[in-house]
Amino acid sequence: MKITKKLALTMLSASVLGSAFVSTSAFAKTDLSLWYHGAGNKVEAKVINQIVNDFNNSQDDWNVVLESFPQGSYNDSVVAAALANNLPDILDVDGPVMPNWAWAGYLRPLLIDEAKIADFLPGVKGYWDGKLYSIGLWDSAVAMMTRRSTLNEVGARIPTIDSPWTEEEFNDVLKKLKATGKYDYPLDLGMAESGEWFPYAFSPFLQSFGGDLIDRSTYKTAEGTLNGPEAIAFGEWWQSLFVNGYAPGNSQDPADHETGLLEGKYAMQWYGNWAALKNLNKFGDDALFLPAPDFGHGPKIGAASWQFGVSSASKHPQGASDFIEFALQDKYLAAFSDSIGVIPPTQSAAALTKNYRQGGALAVFYALSKAQALVRPVTPGYIVEAKVFEKALADIADGADVADTLDSAADEINADIEKNRGYSR
Amino acid sequence: MFQLDTDNPTLRLIVRYMVLTLIALIFVTPILFMMMSSLKPDQQLLADTSSIKAFLPIGDISFDNYKAAFERAPIGMFMLNSLLVTGVTVVLGLLVCSMAGFSFVFLNWRGKSIAFSIILATLIVPFETIAIPMLLMVSKLPWLGLDGFSWGWLNSYRVQIIPFIADGLTIFLFAQYFKDLPKELIEASRIEGCSWWQVYWRVVMPLSGPIIATAAILKFLAMYNQYLWPIMVTQQEQYRPVLVGLQYFFQLNTAWGEVMAYLTIITVPVLAFYLALQRAFIASIASTGVKG
Repeated sequence: MKITKKLALTMLSASVLGSAFVSTSAFAKTDLSLWYHGAGNKVEAKVINQIVNDFNNSQDDWNVVLESFPQGSYNDSVVAAALANNLPDILDVDGPVMPNWAWAGYLRPLLIDEAKIADFLPGVKGYWDGKLYSIGLWDSAVAMMTRRSTLNEVGARIPTIDSPWTEEEFNDVLKKLKATGKYDYPLDLGMAESGEWFPYAFSPFLQSFGGDLIDRSTYKTAEGTLNGPEAIAFGEWWQSLFVNGYAPGNSQDPADHETGLLEGKYAMQWYGNWAALKNLNKFGDDALFLPAPDFGHGPKIGAASWQFGVSSASKHPQGASDFIEFALQDKYLAAFSDSIGVIPPTQSAAALTKNYRQGGALAVFYALSKAQALVRPVTPGYIVEAKVFEKALADIADGADVADTLDSAADEINADIEKNRGYSR
Repeated sequence: MFQLDTDNPTLRLIVRYMVLTLIALIFVTPILFMMMSSLKPDQQLLADTSSIKAFLPIGDISFDNYKAAFERAPIGMFMLNSLLVTGVTVVLGLLVCSMAGFSFVFLNWRGKSIAFSIILATLIVPFETIAIPMLLMVSKLPWLGLDGFSWGWLNSYRVQIIPFIADGLTIFLFAQYFKDLPKELIEASRIEGCSWWQVYWRVVMPLSGPIIATAAILKFLAMYNQYLWPIMVTQQEQYRPVLVGLQYFFQLNTAWGEVMAYLTIITVPVLAFYLALQRAFIASIASTGVKG
């Protein structure tokens, strides 16, 4: 009986000591809050949870606590939290929005070894004001999606990254496709989408014409770039797409945008890599993902998707940066790609994926990102420029005078820059 | 030219019902579209949108979208949060606003007219214009709860309830209704020795069923449809209401069937609440001319 009592006491003491040890090590860890935009996406949640768990188990200093937000309301939640001085340690940010958040003081530069991201696609590196504020675990790309048989039928050349369609060739293809009478429209631009889609998908056309949303040499004016001769040429071409009946306009039925190419209502679709798999499933080897046409100043597509940054409110920027650096491992980049179809930002990660490895079904998108990607203007004023550009393009599609509309847009952007004192710090 | 024979009661009835049916269809078809679409796979749903099939339960019908919706988002928690926040706000709001209305109509106090004018003026101030100042205030307010004293109300139910208990519209509705109550009744109650509280609770409120129902429905809808405020003040999932939850379904490739299933689920409480109070609501509109 005595022995049993002693044994019980010894076990009790051991367990108390053990628990004390465990709690001490648990207490030694400092919590880092992480906000992420992927609520509602189960597969994406699985990957981000895996990264968080692996990081928490890999060291004894930091314990990352994840809070997921739905993407549609994420930016508003972050801005509100910044106003209420309630930002987390780590947050993700949409690439083109990053300069605004950095300028507004929501973000601080990352404390990571930049040599580790040397071979990342340029679109995923969030530099502003000469400093790295954010880094993405993936990129996205847009391509001209169609079918080989569709182009063969009208005798169109299949363009390549090295030899994309010229403006004349592209217009000729649209004309011939229209003439077949088989399609409601030859081209689906995705006008049923709204918001960021317009600057992301369509400003590269403007840039390929030689214009831009803003003069990138100073980021102080849109005069001459958004309403100069090149921009007006772009605007007139843009309007011609709708006047000639080549593309559905602002009133496009979202259902048609979702299924029009698959059902044969549209001959081609200007859309992103996230929609590519359904084309492959439907058309198999007949599916084509073609580069952007070259309108005179080189073919361009948009770049920069969601990226991780460290908030200026974080009391532990080193720990927060350590987490981000940890997440940059190829296995996680590949896991995101395999789960949600995004483009891995490194060649070595692409090699680990199902679709983006050499010879993979979507490898062309990695090549497109590498060859044609141009980040949207890297300026805090971008969020206003994007909205102004969207409205201008919608108005021009509806028949507004091109020169007047672009003049007004340039004025509006300049007024915003002036109101914010040049967005200087 | 066709002329309606107004002396023929049967024809009049037929025409009346045809017009009423047409009006009813205008209101019912969006709900029917939502419910039918929630039973269809995405491809069929999108293909059906351009035809009458969109309103019919035909094709590949199943409850798969409901199952997927429950897997995608914690719908039960969102519903519970919304019903809790809405329920508490409606109950407290009816109490506080009816008292305020009573005070404006039956009590005499200095500055009453100015105070009532200020409350009416709040009706023309959009919530968006005061959202940020309110956010700054609630993020710094003190609170004494079960877990002790703390600063800031963010990430809680109280931040979604307390700022919305009193509102100008509900006070106005009660005040207008109380003005039409017979003054003799109030005077008689006072002469009989009722305190003001007794007049309010035992005389006025029992006569105010229609306006209580109207105010409850309007407040219920306003609270249940809250979106901007919750995304500003609830960073933790455990406090999010149903409309913020709707955003969980909008991904790069939106699953429209799941969106429709979710909308159908979250519409049920609104319909149930309205159906429960519709008689009193209609009576209120008929008697006061108040329009929702």
